[in-house]
Amino acid sequence: MSEKKTKRRDFLFTATTAVGAVGAAAVVWPMIDQMNPDASVKALASTEVDVSSVNPGNTITVLWRGKPVFIRRRTQDEIDEARSVKMEDLIHPEKDEDRAKNPEWLVMLGVCTHLGCVPLNDKGDYNGWFCPCHGSHYDTSGRIRKGPAPWNMEIPKYEFVNANTIKIG
Amino acid sequence: MSEHEYKPKSKVGQWFNDRLPLLTLANHLTDYPTPKNLNYWWTFGGILTFCLITQIVTGLTLAMHYIAHADMAFESVEHIMRDVNYGWLIRYIHANGASMFFLAVYIHIFRSLFYGSYKSPREIIWILGIIIYLLMMAAAFMGYVLPWGQMSFWGATVITNLFSAIPLVGEGIVTWLWGGYSVDNPTLTRFFTLHYLIPFLILGLVVLHIWALHVPGNNNPVGIDIKKPSKDTVPFHPYIVIKDGFALLMFMIVFAFFVFYSPNILGHADNYIEANPMVTPAHIVPEWYLLPFYAILRSVPDKLLGVVAMLSAILILAVLPWLDTSKIRSAVFRPLYRQFYWILVADVLILGYVGAMPAEGLYLLIARVATAYYFLHFLVILPILGFKEKTIPIPLSITEPVLGGNPNLAMAKQKESKIE
Repeated sequence: MSEKKTKRRDFLFTATTAVGAVGAAAVVWPMIDQMNPDASVKALASTEVDVSSVNPGNTITVLWRGKPVFIRRRTQDEIDEARSVKMEDLIHPEKDEDRAKNPEWLVMLGVCTHLGCVPLNDKGDYNGWFCPCHGSHYDTSGRIRKGPAPWNMEIPKYEFVNANTIKIG
Repeated sequence: MSEHEYKPKSKVGQWFNDRLPLLTLANHLTDYPTPKNLNYWWTFGGILTFCLITQIVTGLTLAMHYIAHADMAFESVEHIMRDVNYGWLIRYIHANGASMFFLAVYIHIFRSLFYGSYKSPREIIWILGIIIYLLMMAAAFMGYVLPWGQMSFWGATVITNLFSAIPLVGEGIVTWLWGGYSVDNPTLTRFFTLHYLIPFLILGLVVLHIWALHVPGNNNPVGIDIKKPSKDTVPFHPYIVIKDGFALLMFMIVFAFFVFYSPNILGHADNYIEANPMVTPAHIVPEWYLLPFYAILRSVPDKLLGVVAMLSAILILAVLPWLDTSKIRSAVFRPLYRQFYWILVADVLILGYVGAMPAEGLYLLIARVATAYYFLHFLVILPILGFKEKTIPIPLSITEPVLGGNPNLAMAKQKESKIE
């Protein structure tokens, strides 16, 4: 036994263990993957919103995939404020032009990128949003300016179906 | 198990014991030699066993009436409170029982810290204890989600979002935990399942915890190794059983006070509002027993580092036996450690307090200082103290200080002579 020569038994032992491990992994994967979003959850992928009643300076909140989505009709002041910010002043640099294709409408997930709370409208040091949970301040473009959140509030995939209807998702 | 061979008296007992030595085990547990100087801080092991069993029994009965569904959970809890016979009592025992469980476990942990019970040869007992503590936090957190109130929902959102701090895979892990794109029905059903499972995992670990304890035997207030069985020990039954029983009665008075006189004082009013994914409560706070760690999380301005700091604060305890370099166990003989011990106690209480306050201004500053000190205690003070500290000579046996010879335990001597 003290010799290091590989024996038939060593080969069988290694091969059996390897096949066993692959088999176990194959069985474990379905057990893990069953926890991922199921077909019915994925099916709720898009929602259409009528925004004709939203006045400038107002925000409506709609639920999409269980999360609130802020739809804000921005005033000219807010747009100017968002577009005049220098990129080097931002924690997560993104141009307002890229976040709001149609400058009047800002559509974003109303979810703080820190730990997922819903920020409050028209609050905070940058006239945008303020998260009450851990004190993150967002500007009028929903970009993080101060506090523990690492990123700007997320812009979901959306499009204007017509002048008054936004389709999210 | 036992050093001596045990033989049941009856024929039937012998027949059974030869096939399954349960009676030998029972004999080991009753005769188990215990240091005779154990004080009341040592009664919390028994109290914790009581807490675990209480949570399992009340939890099982609640599960007979609770419905784990996002549309019905909140209502079913109100149904338990209003319609189910004694439902209010069972639920209040279960909800306050969690707080009582943590109260007892914190006393148990700080007793270990004071008397050096985590040191060689008891490191495995200690690490098993830390794992039990982690599982307790997981169980408590998931249990708090089940009533599906506002605090349930937003607590679940915030805590699961901690995982999103992990680079690259974080978001994927959070979606996997949720079973969707937000905390919702799939989250609730899996939390219920795990909340049901964890107490039984804890039960198994408690068996290992006690098994590991019975190898070296109990530490004691003097912190020295003792011969067992000897003049320094008494059998577990009846001596320790009676003492544990008395302490348990005192504990149950406190428990009953909360259940009957202020059952909601440790909870949050917001949790009597049904979960609403559109509105976050103005002030989200975890349950009191998680506040020190919450304060640590918030004191770090970076998301990932905050999560790392919070987890490290708990996991650092697991390596404590190797961070504390002192050979002397009990703080009674460590004049400097004793002072640092009380500073740490104060530090944790301060962290708990600022954890409940808004994270801004002076509170934030205090939280940062207290967080820094917490890590300083374990990573710098304890390792250095073991080398620098001039300890008081330890007695040779538990009985020695009582019978004379050690001026440092004059107090103990006085006490003893009063009894005579």
